[in-house]
Amino acid sequence: MNYEILLPNSSFKECAEYIKKNFKEIYYVPAGYKIFDNYLVGIPPIPIAVDNDDIIMPYVKPCHGCFVLRVPGKEEIGGLRGGKL
Amino acid sequence: MKALLMMGCPELPVQTAAALYIANKLGREGFEVISAGNKAAISLLINSDPEKHYIKKVMDLDRCIGALAEKAMDFDLCFVFIHSDSGISYLATIKSISKAKTIAVIFGKEIEPLIEASTDSVIIAAKAVHNPTPLRAKIDGVKSWAALTR
Repeated sequence: MNYEILLPNSSFKECAEYIKKNFKEIYYVPAGYKIFDNYLVGIPPIPIAVDNDDIIMPYVKPCHGCFVLRVPGKEEIGGLRGGKL
Repeated sequence: MKALLMMGCPELPVQTAAALYIANKLGREGFEVISAGNKAAISLLINSDPEKHYIKKVMDLDRCIGALAEKAMDFDLCFVFIHSDSGISYLATIKSISKAKTIAVIFGKEIEPLIEASTDSVIIAAKAVHNPTPLRAKIDGVKSWAALTR
């Protein structure tokens, strides 16, 4: 998975707020939502943004906290817009 | 009865000791116990119990989340080990994708915000980093884990 880190080593709430504050097209998904062959971890509803052809999403790692990632995601955007939740 | 031990980052030494201790208690009550964690957390467990007296089955953390989300497995009890914000995220995820009764095992130096964030779970909490005794005392305060499944 190619990605760019927009916000490193933060709490999940900080990452969720960052996404909601900085992007307009937001979708809310349940915990365990499958995206890029990963199952999202977090406090639902989990905000995911679409920005042009990219997905902006929180990503939790046990040892490093939560990150906000920008991932090229044409194939996943359709599912989000189509309500595949 | 099935129980899951979901471990976080093993940077605090008490986690491995607490997991082994709980696994022993659960085993004595007849639970099938699966331990999930990242590579380091699982490696610590396996190397601490080479004869597999307490740790019978282990699983990668991401695969475990995936299997629960896909409803390929589930548990009666899930112990989520929490010493940071990441643990709270894993607890919330488990509550969302599993029918298991959740037990938040909270430890570290600053446990109060973690306790406040662990709503709707049984809470086992103690300030503990290197010495597992305070946490063990809280674990011993529960006389029967099987009773939580009824």
